[in-house]
Amino acid sequence: MPIARSRFLTIAVAVFVGLGLAWWAATGLGLVKAIFLPSPGSVAMQIAKLAADGTLWLDLKASMYRISIGFLIASALSIPIGVLIGSFRSWEAAIEPLVDFIRYMPVVAFVPLSILWAGTGDSQKFLIIFIGTFFQQVLMIMDNVKRVPADFIGLGRTLGLPDRKILTRIVVPSALPGIWDTLRISLGWAWTWLVLAELVAATSGLGYRITVSQRYFQTNTIIGYILLLGLLGLITDQVMKALEKVLFKQEGRSQ
Amino acid sequence: MSPPKLRIAGLHKSFGTGERRTEVLRDINLDLADNEFVSLVGTSGCGKSTLLSIVAGLQDFDAGDLSIDGAPILQPGLDRGVVFQSYTLLPWLTARQNIEFALKAAGYDRAACRRIALEHLELVKLSGSADRYPAELSGGMKQRVAIARALSYRPKMLLMDEPFGALDALTRHQMQELLTQIWEEHRLTVLFVTHDVEEAVYLSDRIVVMGIGPGRITQTFNVDIERPRREEVMESPAFMDLQRGVHKAIREGSKRPEMA
Repeated sequence: MPIARSRFLTIAVAVFVGLGLAWWAATGLGLVKAIFLPSPGSVAMQIAKLAADGTLWLDLKASMYRISIGFLIASALSIPIGVLIGSFRSWEAAIEPLVDFIRYMPVVAFVPLSILWAGTGDSQKFLIIFIGTFFQQVLMIMDNVKRVPADFIGLGRTLGLPDRKILTRIVVPSALPGIWDTLRISLGWAWTWLVLAELVAATSGLGYRITVSQRYFQTNTIIGYILLLGLLGLITDQVMKALEKVLFKQEGRSQ
Repeated sequence: MSPPKLRIAGLHKSFGTGERRTEVLRDINLDLADNEFVSLVGTSGCGKSTLLSIVAGLQDFDAGDLSIDGAPILQPGLDRGVVFQSYTLLPWLTARQNIEFALKAAGYDRAACRRIALEHLELVKLSGSADRYPAELSGGMKQRVAIARALSYRPKMLLMDEPFGALDALTRHQMQELLTQIWEEHRLTVLFVTHDVEEAVYLSDRIVVMGIGPGRITQTFNVDIERPRREEVMESPAFMDLQRGVHKAIREGSKRPEMA
């Protein structure tokens, strides 16, 4: 059932406010112990404190650096490989079954191995982000490429274009909005793999701070950082969506 | 008699192999004279689109000879302009750039690309929409650009696969009139696939009816209706008679021949 945009927004905001109030009431009335669920005020104060002494910014910087590099490496490899296997059947035969197999291996199970291979530094974080996103990206980009209308390729052939030019002038530009969408979705997952890697073995970063806080029962830091991670995911997603609208404006398919 | 523009002789085509092999075209023989407008009609599954696609060079065939001006057709090429049923304007290019894209592939320089693209947009009465993107054009406008694009690089013939099939009735009529007008002025050899008999009679010099089981030519009609043709001609008794005749031929062709 369609509803007005204003009504949609009202409902969405109401849910957030409602949950926030429930949280505030539950802690304010002493229904739960602060060690399990601290009050919203305590969480806000703790985050403000960590921001003031610089801890928050260092954690944020370390995490942002890791996700950027890890995600860039995964994307830089998945785009050409995805385009290749989406366009040529023999490449698909060589790569697709293998990737399909690997992507069902739980990323979590690779963590011990990644530490053995890459230690506990940044490269281990890159590796986990890579394993978590690359294989999914390849398959999704292959699909984006396969969805290029067959008649677009037929058009290129009737114009006498060689395969290489059909690929670069028709297939890739045509699949680009889809590929962008794949990047946006997989970037969301990359946050999860980043935090996973940092929870297990790190000396900085948002995930590391969460693990350390658990040791000292600083539940307010844990909850503050989880909320912050949610917010960061939301912001990157919105930025990607906004860029999509600008980049593919003329194609009228950004809706 | 002058040699045919397009010659299709003894063409056979099957899909699949072994037990699953289905014959889709059997012994197709068809010549198109220079500047002749020929429509292929028939029930769905008669292979008319497959035949057009083979002539375009987009599909291979099992046996037979295909040639344009005596030169055998081995692959797709710029000597045949193709207009597809689906909208094939590239969405990231404007109407003008879509035509320039084809001209560039045909080896024209930048200045020529621009000039010829604008000329052809004028031909299909879309000069005002040169810088609009496909998403901003209606279905009929998109097909007009596609026709302009296919004509722009001066192919020896035009192949059209139900180009107006996705349009509403009114737009369809306008497109038919526009195409007739362009064709009557500029003349070109056209092979046109449609399932709309009225459209076929209105546009064509000759109508080739295909039947199923396997796809084959069952009957041919010459359209001896005077040109230039305007919409009123559709009401004439000669037009209606011919339309009835073609409908009957399609019905007969849609029955599978008795197995011997």
